[in-house]
Amino acid sequence: MEPVLLTRKISKYFYEPEKFQVLKEIDLTVNKGEFMCLMGKSGCGKSTLMYVLSTMDTDFDGELEIAGQSLTGRDQNFLSAFRNKHIGFIFQFHYLLPEFTALQNVMLPAQKLGKYSKEEIESRAIDKLRILGVSDQALKLSSKLSGGQQQRVAIARALINDPDIIMGDEPTGNLDSYNSNLVFDILHELTHTYRQTIIAVTHDEDFAKRSDRVVEMSDGRIVRGDSENA
Amino acid sequence: MTPVFEIAWTHLVSKPKQTIVAMLGVTFGIGMFIALVSLMTGLNQFTEDVTMTSSPDIHIYHDITEERTTILDEVNPAGINRVHHQKPKAETTKLRNALQMVSIIRNDPRVSGVAPTLSSQVFYNFGPVQLNGQILGVDILEEDKLFDIRSRLKSGRLEDLKSNPDGILVGTGLARKLNAVTGDRVVITTPQGYTMTLKILGTFQMGIGVVDNVRAYANISTVQTILQKDQTYITDINIKVHNRQQAKIIAPEFQAMFGYKAEDWETANATFLTGVTIRNIITWSVSVTLLIVAGFGIYNILTMTIYNKMKDIAILKAMGFAGKDVRMIFMIQSVVIGFAGGLMGLLIGYVLSWLISKAPFDGGDIVSLDHFPVNFDPKYYLIGIVFGVLTTAFAGFTPSRKAARVDPIEIIRGQ
Ligand SMILES: Nc1ncnc2c1ncn2[C@@H]1O[C@H](COP(=O)(O)OP(=O)(O)OP(=O)(O)O)[C@@H](O)[C@H]1O
Ligand SMILES: [Mg+2]
Repeated sequence: MEPVLLTRKISKYFYEPEKFQVLKEIDLTVNKGEFMCLMGKSGCGKSTLMYVLSTMDTDFDGELEIAGQSLTGRDQNFLSAFRNKHIGFIFQFHYLLPEFTALQNVMLPAQKLGKYSKEEIESRAIDKLRILGVSDQALKLSSKLSGGQQQRVAIARALINDPDIIMGDEPTGNLDSYNSNLVFDILHELTHTYRQTIIAVTHDEDFAKRSDRVVEMSDGRIVRGDSENA
Repeated sequence: MTPVFEIAWTHLVSKPKQTIVAMLGVTFGIGMFIALVSLMTGLNQFTEDVTMTSSPDIHIYHDITEERTTILDEVNPAGINRVHHQKPKAETTKLRNALQMVSIIRNDPRVSGVAPTLSSQVFYNFGPVQLNGQILGVDILEEDKLFDIRSRLKSGRLEDLKSNPDGILVGTGLARKLNAVTGDRVVITTPQGYTMTLKILGTFQMGIGVVDNVRAYANISTVQTILQKDQTYITDINIKVHNRQQAKIIAPEFQAMFGYKAEDWETANATFLTGVTIRNIITWSVSVTLLIVAGFGIYNILTMTIYNKMKDIAILKAMGFAGKDVRMIFMIQSVVIGFAGGLMGLLIGYVLSWLISKAPFDGGDIVSLDHFPVNFDPKYYLIGIVFGVLTTAFAGFTPSRKAARVDPIEIIRGQ
C-alpha cells in the first residue's frame, strides 16, 4: 500500500470567541486509489480538517505530508503551486467562475500549471468533461448550467491536472438525490477505473456505505476508521 | 494569453459599462491635461520668444543708478557713516572705449554676435500731435544677427537702411499711429530740442506692443547726429552667446573686465520667468487633481469589483493561484483601464488643442496674435500616457493587494 496523504498529530485551536481545540492530534493515512469518507456530527471539525489537508489552512500544529512531500512550514507561494499540481478540490457550492464557459473553467488550473500547450489543455479538458458526461455543455457559460451540471464541471476541473488526491467537502450536499447518485457513481468510477484517491466529507449514510472506507470524527478526534493504519 | 491575463480581460469585458465609466475618468483627466499643457506651454513659448527678441543674452550698459560709495566713506573709511537719500552723480550713459570693448567681446569664442547701439527718446510729430517714442541707432546687420529683424520686417529691406543716413525702420504699431506707410517722411524732435526729418524705409513687427508701438531703428551715426554726440558715443552693447544658459556665467566676467553693468537675460526677465513658473504650477496642479479624481474612481470601482468577486478569488486560490496571481489580475485591470482611457484622453486632448489653436484670439496692442499659440510637442503626450498609467496603477495597488490577501477559507466557510 502506497500512502498518498499522511498526518501526524495535527491539532488546531480557535481563539475566537474563546480558546478551543477544534482538532485533537489527528493521525490519518490515506492510500492511493482509496475512496475515503469522513463523517461525523455537525460541528465536530470535518470542514476544518479538510481545509488543513487541502493546505489552504496553515495555522495548525503537527505534520502534513502529501505525495511524499512534507507541507509543514512551507510558504504560501509554494503551497499554491502545490495545490495546483497535486490537489483537486470540490466544494459543496459549485463555485465555478460565472463569466467563463464550462470548458474555460476546466482549463484554468491547467493553464496555471502551464505544463501543456493550450490546444492540449483544451482536448484534455474536453476529455474530462466527457468522463463527467457534460461535454455537450462545454461552451455554455457556467452560470447557465443546472446545479448537477455545475458540480460535474467542478469535478472535471478538479481532475484536469491529474491530482494525487481529490478532496470534497460535502460534494453532493447541495444536490438532489438523483444528482447525488450520479456524482457518487462518477467518483466511484474514478477510484476504480483510474485509481484516483478521494477524500469526501459527507452526511449521507448511503453515500458513505458505498465507499471504500469510512472515517468517523467526534469532537475533533478520529473515533473510528483509522484502524487499518493504527 | 496567460490565465491571469485571460481572467483580468474577462472581468473587464463582462462588465463593459463599469469599465467604460472607469476609463472615462482617466480620459477626461488626460484630455484636460493635454489641452491645458498644450495651451500653457504654447503661451509660455510665445511669450518667451517675443520677450527674448527684445532682450539680448547679455546687455552691457552704464548703470548710473548703481549704488556707489559716498564721499563720507572715502574720507572716513573707519567710521560708521550714514548718508540719507543719496542721488546719482551727473554722469553720461556713454560707454567709454565702446568700440574697443566690442572688438574684445567679438573675439570671445563663446560669443556669436555683438551689436553696439545707442538710443534716444524722441517725439514723432504727427500734425499737431507729438507721439512719444524711442529711436535706436544700430548697425542693422549686426542687430539682425541678434534679434532676427529680417524675418520680422513687414515691408522694406535691411540693406536700404544701411545705405541711407536719414532713413528709419518703424514698428507697425507706431506706423499705424502715425498713419504713415513706407516712403513717408516723419519729423522727430529730441527732448533737447533737435529736429530732423527722416524717411520711413520699412516697418517691422516684433509681436509686443511695448516695442512695436514706440520703436524705430536708424543708423548709429543718425542717432549720434540727433543727440549731437561724437562718433564714439555708444550707450549699450548687446551680445548674443552660443549657449544661452551660459549667459549668467559670462555676464559677470564682462562686468568685472569692463567695469560696466553686464546683465544676462534671466536677470532682465526675472518677472517674466516667474510668470512661466506660475503657469506651470497651475497646469500641473489642475492636471494632477483631475488624475487624482480619476484615480479615486478607479479605486472605487476596483474595490467594488473585488468585493463582488470574493467567491471567485477564493476559488482561484483554492485551485492553486497564488496571491501574486490574484494581485496581477486586478492590477492588469487597472492598468488596462488606465492605458486605454489614457489613449482616448490623448486623442481628445489633441482634438481640444487643435480646436483651441484655431480659435480666434485678439491680442490687442500688447501682443500681435490672432490665434492662441498651442504647443503640439509629442513630449507632453508621452508624459500624459505615462501619468495616466501610473495613476491607475497607483489607484489599483491597494485594492489589488487586498484581493491578494483574501483568505479563501473564510469565504468558502461563510457560504
Ligand atoms: N473561524 C472560526 N473561528 C472560531 N470557531 C470556528 C471557526 N470555524 C469553525 N469554528 C468552530 O469549529 C467547529 C468545527 O467547525 P467545522 O466547520 O469544522 O464543523 P463541521 O464538522 O464541518 O460541521 P458541519 O457538518 O456542520 O459542516 C465548530 O464548533 C465551529 O463553530
Ligand atoms: Mg462542514
